[in-house]
Amino acid sequence: MIATRRWMVLLTALLLSAGAGAIDTEAAFADAARQARYEHLTNELRCLVCQNQTIADSNAGLAGDLRREVKELIAAGKTDDEIRQFLTARYGDFVLYNPPLTARTLLLWAAPALLVLVTVGAAARVIVRRSKAPIDADPEDMV
Amino acid sequence: MWRYFAPAAAFLALGALFAFALMRIQNGTLDVREIKSPLIGKPAPVFTLPLVTDPSQSFDSRSMAGKTYVVNVWGTWCPACREEHDSLLQLARVTGVPFIGIDWKDDGQLAQQYLGQLGNPYQQVVADAEGRVAIDWGVYGAPETFLVSPAGIVLAKHAGALTAAVWAEKFAPLVTSGGSR
Repeated sequence: MIATRRWMVLLTALLLSAGAGAIDTEAAFADAARQARYEHLTNELRCLVCQNQTIADSNAGLAGDLRREVKELIAAGKTDDEIRQFLTARYGDFVLYNPPLTARTLLLWAAPALLVLVTVGAAARVIVRRSKAPIDADPEDMV
Repeated sequence: MWRYFAPAAAFLALGALFAFALMRIQNGTLDVREIKSPLIGKPAPVFTLPLVTDPSQSFDSRSMAGKTYVVNVWGTWCPACREEHDSLLQLARVTGVPFIGIDWKDDGQLAQQYLGQLGNPYQQVVADAEGRVAIDWGVYGAPETFLVSPAGIVLAKHAGALTAAVWAEKFAPLVTSGGSR
């Protein structure tokens, strides 16, 4: 019981610390709505130097420059879409962690649904085949 | 029978695919970190920046209109730039295409020393201390090199050290008579 509680405390601490990895030490905007947009955008833009991090997570020089750019564009009154366009015009769709649905990314977006279909189809075949088999047959032969 | 062979065949096919990709990474034909530039075929970003050699003066990229030219993004902090430096000196001399250097997020003093010691391949070399022009060019690492047409269109980009072999393969076929040869 005590051991379980200890694990719960550790788990909670780990979950709460997820935000502590952010690089910005202070808020970019005093205004909460703009700060929320800033955090949302920097968390969905890829750092192109360390390619598996977002620009919010990375302490690479370029990530810092891109955060500054996002901050200035928000301050200049640009919309989120205009800011995404600004960056994709320079770095391509790769800069977006949430890529748009285009002919090239169709397979990427459709893959989860396709996998579910294939799995359900395969499972259905096995179930139907086994349900038709005599009760005392060796299931190993039915696969 | 197929149920025993199919997994083995799938395993071998995957293994062959991975071996093929690894070989291409090893011999340099595949760069998994490369990001295709959306700028290719589009107008080159315009910039005006102070000269490294004399910060009181500035260089405007529009002055290159009508010429094929190279934009090379580098920094004294960048080991691969040091690696490509001799190739740059040689290519700038041999090809006759003007090289414009963008010294990215660097110390102007160090840059002057570096060019003084190793030689200066650039017709003009400018300082992008804040990295804003580099963002306009979609730069994500140094060195990066672009080829721009006389009409001001970005023709090609190379990320990583520019060698004579890279020049011959990627850039030379695109240099038209507009380049002063």
